[in-house]
Amino acid sequence: MHLAYPAVLSALLFCTGLYGVLARRNAILVLMSVELMLNAVNLNLVAFDVWLSKAARDTLHSGQALTLFTIAIAAAEIGIGLAIVLAVYRNRGTSDIDKLRDSAEGHESDGPDSNALAAEETGKAEAAA
Amino acid sequence: MTLIAATATAAHATAAQATAAHTAATTAAGGTHGFLSPTGVEIAFLLVGLATFGAALVTVSTRQLVHAALWLVVALGGLAIEYLLLTAEFIAWVQVLIYVGSVVVLLLFGLMLTRAPIGRSPDADSGNRWAALTVAVAAAAALVWVVVDAFRTTWIDLGGPAAGSTAVTGASLFQNWVLPFEALSVLLLAALVGAIVLSRKAKAEMSSPPVNSRAATGSSPSVPDSRNHPIEGNSPAEQEGAR
Amino acid sequence: MTTTTLALLVPLLPFLGAAAGLLLGRTAPGFVRPLAVLPVLASLVLAVLVAVRQGGDQAIDAATELTPTGSVPIELALHIDGFAALVAILVGVVATCVQIYSTGYLRDDPRYPSYAALVSLFTSAMLLVVYSGDLIVLLVGWEVMGICSYFLVGHYWETPQARAASIKAFLVTKLGDVPFLIGLFALATDAGSFRITKVLDTVASGGLNHPTLIALLLLAGVAGKSAQFPLHTWLPDAMAGPTPVSALIHAATMVAAGVYFIARLLPVFEASRAAMVVLAVMAAVTMVGSGLAALAQDDIKRVLAYSTMGQLGYMTGALAVGDRGAAVFHLLSHGAFKALLFLAAGVIIHAAGTNSLATMSRMQGLRERIPDAYWTMTVALLALAAIPPFSGFFSKESVLSAAEHVATGHTGHAPGAAGWITLVAGLLTAVLTAAYAMRLWLLAFHGRGVEAPDHGRQPLTMTVVLWVLAVPSLALGGLAYRSLPEWFDGRDLTPTLTTSVLGTGVALVGGIATYAAWRHTTALASHVPLGAVAAHPEGDAGRVEAEAIASHAPAYGGVAYAPDPADPARLLLGPLHRHAAVGFHLDAVYAALFVRPVQAGASLVRFLDREVVETYVRGAGALPRLLGAAVRRAQTGNVQTYVSALLAGTVVLAVAVLLVATGA
Repeated sequence: MHLAYPAVLSALLFCTGLYGVLARRNAILVLMSVELMLNAVNLNLVAFDVWLSKAARDTLHSGQALTLFTIAIAAAEIGIGLAIVLAVYRNRGTSDIDKLRDSAEGHESDGPDSNALAAEETGKAEAAA
Repeated sequence: MTLIAATATAAHATAAQATAAHTAATTAAGGTHGFLSPTGVEIAFLLVGLATFGAALVTVSTRQLVHAALWLVVALGGLAIEYLLLTAEFIAWVQVLIYVGSVVVLLLFGLMLTRAPIGRSPDADSGNRWAALTVAVAAAAALVWVVVDAFRTTWIDLGGPAAGSTAVTGASLFQNWVLPFEALSVLLLAALVGAIVLSRKAKAEMSSPPVNSRAATGSSPSVPDSRNHPIEGNSPAEQEGAR
Repeated sequence: MTTTTLALLVPLLPFLGAAAGLLLGRTAPGFVRPLAVLPVLASLVLAVLVAVRQGGDQAIDAATELTPTGSVPIELALHIDGFAALVAILVGVVATCVQIYSTGYLRDDPRYPSYAALVSLFTSAMLLVVYSGDLIVLLVGWEVMGICSYFLVGHYWETPQARAASIKAFLVTKLGDVPFLIGLFALATDAGSFRITKVLDTVASGGLNHPTLIALLLLAGVAGKSAQFPLHTWLPDAMAGPTPVSALIHAATMVAAGVYFIARLLPVFEASRAAMVVLAVMAAVTMVGSGLAALAQDDIKRVLAYSTMGQLGYMTGALAVGDRGAAVFHLLSHGAFKALLFLAAGVIIHAAGTNSLATMSRMQGLRERIPDAYWTMTVALLALAAIPPFSGFFSKESVLSAAEHVATGHTGHAPGAAGWITLVAGLLTAVLTAAYAMRLWLLAFHGRGVEAPDHGRQPLTMTVVLWVLAVPSLALGGLAYRSLPEWFDGRDLTPTLTTSVLGTGVALVGGIATYAAWRHTTALASHVPLGAVAAHPEGDAGRVEAEAIASHAPAYGGVAYAPDPADPARLLLGPLHRHAAVGFHLDAVYAALFVRPVQAGASLVRFLDREVVETYVRGAGALPRLLGAAVRRAQTGNVQTYVSALLAGTVVLAVAVLLVATGA
């Protein structure tokens, strides 16, 4: 099989994930796009590992080992990421990335505390309901 | 991540130039494998790849959030099939187990917990969409051009024993990669603890108002700043009891 | 102890007292009064001892050079002759009296510790000037007096008058000090030393290259310090300070320093006949002008201030005719009775609750309230008016007879013109002095109208001092005029018959004319009610005085002026009264000549700074501000925008690297 097939597929998937990360508003959709990018890399790793191990230039199967590691790390990442998103959602009442602009210039004048406090109030109201 | 990928591709590109003569020799020895005369495996790979790519595109562009998660299942499953076609069967099953089995389920839970709207949501894409599209298309063009230019003549010989069978993978993992494997277990443990801490803190904050209100009605009429000092000793017991 | 050691201790003790008072003033308030009085008293005793040991004989000279200081050596030198010994006693007596008086006068003043310490420092500086045998050491004392006068005149800094007066006193004396310093350097360059004895030796051997220039430069500093004609304007305004400070400045320390300095270096001035004539003209203008101005003042202390200028004019007149014995004799007797006048005036202001003569003239029975001040002030005013046998008579007659001596051409070392100028101006001033002394006495103690307020007895510390000072005012001249020549140059100080008759006669004329004018105008007083008294008459004297000074201008329309038709001076001076009351408009002239141009220059500089320089600064800041605004706009807080930019840059970089690597 030509190596170009998996390589091109991997590149396309990666850029699809890239678009998703940059364009999606919901944080969970962004996390999905990150998964797409990770998988694109995994495909690359596996394809090159197969090629190199068949050509007897790499006997350690480093590509496949790294793929396994990547999968494990991706699982950890998705767990932590979802925990963060949930925490943000509880505090702010939203999981839209472009609404989390505390680092914007001139934001201090509004006072992030009052904003956070208001969000906390709504979060509490929801919790009570 | 992109940076690494880009540099990696650049490295590949230079490496490809250096080893061009060698690969040319290999392909010459293996016979003529043109793009216009694909083998059966190649046709299967191409079709599944198209499906995967399509599913991925729908995932990042659909306006229905739950559908996005389901299309992600299709894309990840397609990738598992691609792994199988590349004879990496252990990876393929791990992919199905972990991604399709757990990650997507986790994502769906996340969507539900954040009260993602079911049905079409018109604001699924941010205002950054066109910039994102430009960057993504440019990156795709650059990557595809480089990859095709470098590897258009490289041939993978899929015959013989499977390159990624469970035996081979296990042997290499526990012979050559034991130390990273163990380190990875520590990382997983840390992630586990981190996730618990993150979500537990949030739950303690959420459960504190009822505790406070009960205390307020019981003893003192108003404790204005008590929500800043949740009673740490009580809340885990409360949660345990609640469950 | 040797006489030199004793003499060293004389200026050192008040200095140590001042340092201790400043250090302990806040932590140990109980020690402040002893620390103020005792060192000055001790230095008085030591000064008397030094004088007894010196005895008018050969001058005591001692010098040590601490370290080489370049071409002209500066030495810590003592030079004690009869002049120095006697002037030091005067300084000690007046300073002791002032310190004792101040304990009562500023009884409740929260800033008393620093005040007492500054008075001690002032005294110490004057004693240094008196005893110093080196011009640079003398200059140190001279300048320390300048800064002390700044602080003490500004003691009531809550009032705008005191703030303005202290700055004015400092700036005007400093204006004279700059040429003074240059003159000292020129003198030392010619003489090759700062030692006074060596300078005088050089002068005696004719080694002075530019005597006129040096004398005139030194004269500028003396005019500033001793309040002589063009630089005198600070002295009347310095009345905004507490009365004891006025007594100290006018009687013993600051203004006496200038006269004493010329007496010390008289040969330098005598080397230039032009300088002597200038000195005489300066003295004459000061004498007559200040006499006229004193007659028109409403503030009792300003009357005394102008009288000080007049008496200093007598002293400089005596120096202009080359008789320093007469000058220092008048300095001593004037120091006694002028201190007494000021301290008594402080008592009067406290008792009457005002410093305005117009208000006092509408007050009955003031002399019964303060009999001590009444009798001692009478003695002092008689001494001021040079009525025999009070001490002022003898000293003034010695000046007049010296002038007459020169005018009739009996001596060669002083120009005859200086003698005539001094003699005529002195006689004219004698009339005016008697007139304003009479006016002061009549208006202050013989008023008719409402009963004077009763604030109880004055503090004992304030009244005893008056009697102590009344003794020399009464008897110093008569007792001393025979023995003093032994201490001085040996020239006779006995009054001559001509000048005695002439001087006493014109003084009587002046006094009688004023009395007649007063009899004529006093009936008007009841028709024009006037008066403003202090708001807190029960407070200590310092507070009453500060309030009186602060309220004078708003109540009467000027610090020196009162619209009082019952004033005998209006009758005597006629149309001149209006100009004399404001010191012949010299302040206005100075304001037009110097203050306004400086202020205009300052406003020009301010305009240049605000409008021109500032514009460049703002222009330089505009571009970075614009760029900063642009960069601020990029900080949207949207993470996706940031990542987009980052990745776009990465793609561009990667493509560039590829193109370079593949050689495309």
